Amino acid sequence: MLRVETYPTAAEAARALGPGARFLGGGSLVMIELNYGASDIERIVRTTDPALKDIRVEAGRIHLGALVTMADVLRSRELSFLAPVAQAVGGPAVRSAASVGGNLFAPHPYGDFTVALLALDAMVQTAGGASHPLEGYLADRSGLVTSVSFAAPASNEFAFRKVRRVRPKGASVMSMACRLSRSAGQLSGVRVAYGAMAPTAVRAKAVEQALEGATLDERGIAPALARATEGLDPPTDALASAWYRKETAPVHLHRLLLGENAR
Amino acid sequence: MSKTPVTFRLNGEDAAAFADPGSNLLDFLRRAVGDLSPKYGCGQGTCGACTVLIDGEPHLSCITLAETVTGREVRTAGGLANGPILDRLQEAFIDKFAAQCGYCTPGMLMAATALLDKNANPSRQDVIDAIGGNICRCTGYEPIVDAILEASRNTRGAA
Ligand SMILES: Cc1cc2nc3c(=O)[nH]c(=O)nc-3n(C[C@H](O)[C@H](O)[C@H](O)COP(=O)(O)OP(=O)(O)OC[C@H]3O[C@@H](n4cnc5c(N)ncnc54)[C@H](O)[C@@H]3O)c2cc1C
Ligand code: FES
Ligand code: FES
Repeated sequence: MLRVETYPTAAEAARALGPGARFLGGGSLVMIELNYGASDIERIVRTTDPALKDIRVEAGRIHLGALVTMADVLRSRELSFLAPVAQAVGGPAVRSAASVGGNLFAPHPYGDFTVALLALDAMVQTAGGASHPLEGYLADRSGLVTSVSFAAPASNEFAFRKVRRVRPKGASVMSMACRLSRSAGQLSGVRVAYGAMAPTAVRAKAVEQALEGATLDERGIAPALARATEGLDPPTDALASAWYRKETAPVHLHRLLLGENAR
Repeated sequence: MSKTPVTFRLNGEDAAAFADPGSNLLDFLRRAVGDLSPKYGCGQGTCGACTVLIDGEPHLSCITLAETVTGREVRTAGGLANGPILDRLQEAFIDKFAAQCGYCTPGMLMAATALLDKNANPSRQDVIDAIGGNICRCTGYEPIVDAILEASRNTRGAA
């Protein structure tokens, strides 16, 4: 028989997790499983810990509690650079539930917010206080996430794009985010991440390498476009084939890097 | 099966009922509370027919755990009219022929209420975004968008 357990702190909720238990964030995915009779869920574990709803900026670093929703992100002035990302997740009523923490676990083709976090080199904090680089965390995704944190990008350093067939909402054919850090006019330490191009959000490392030391113009980015999908084996699904994703990725990467109206 | 008592506000009044463990807010409102205005379309967050407001925000009641509304304010399409006097959105939906079979209408009305409560002067694009999670198989959406814009004009006129 299903049980719902609500704990006042994340630490207690984390201790309650185990076989047959499922943590409930905003519930936009877990509730679908329950509605459709998920037999492997025996206990729903949730927490009312207010720390998980925190949005904090401290010494240039942004901390988002795991239960911060896309709607919360859209309301925050400090997070205006992330508004296009939060806005890209579902319709308004999905965004009222969809949490930052839950997005890290959303299966393909979901996880658009995670793509942005990956491009921002986010760290994931789990209950107990451990901190993990997001890229590594995505490989095994275990433990109760309490928050994510990342350095605030300089203005115009961050960009995001989502390609979809159905507007205004619609799942990703692919999504892309980048942080275009510069040193002396040249790109340096750039991050580029893709969604819906692999089982989880991934960094486009060949693209990052090709952009190192380049200038942000047509000539400068050409080698990166040529390597847009190097090392990737995108999935085929109802939205797009692997072939289509590979063929069109350079076009979208081009627009991500140089702006919507480029070429 | 042990049930959970849920006390909350529904359309401005105190409400209380027992929720089955793990039940969603849509089932809870319809079966335990008796408010049949939110509709079941898909049970997976994709159609918007079950949209309600929780503390003023639009939520899909089919993918909301019922007991999470404890102590909160829930609004449904059932609470829009004041007795025989229809809400301005309901009036505008009639004027603009924005309901045919009517199945999507309660969800559309609540998505639109969420919009007009925070933006009294929405653009056409704002309206399209606000109902972006709500599916209508009958009207082709244009009459619904027109109705919401008309309701926003009526509100401004009345203010
Ligand atoms: C109609 C619809 C449209 C959608 N569109 C999009 C979209 O465009 N883009 C997109 O990215 N997603 C989309 N989603 C998927 C989903 O809404 C989001 O990914 C959301 O961010 C998931 O968060 P949640 O809090 O609702 O997750 P939940 O359903 O609460 O949880 C999802 C999974 O994550 C685990 N989990 C949640 N929080 C934590 C935590 N803090 N620590 C550890 N584990 C945790 C849960 O145990 C569960 O396994 C859509 C969903 C629906 C129903
Ligand atoms: S019944 Fe809730 S979104 Fe379809
Ligand atoms: S009026 Fe029939 S689905 Fe909208």
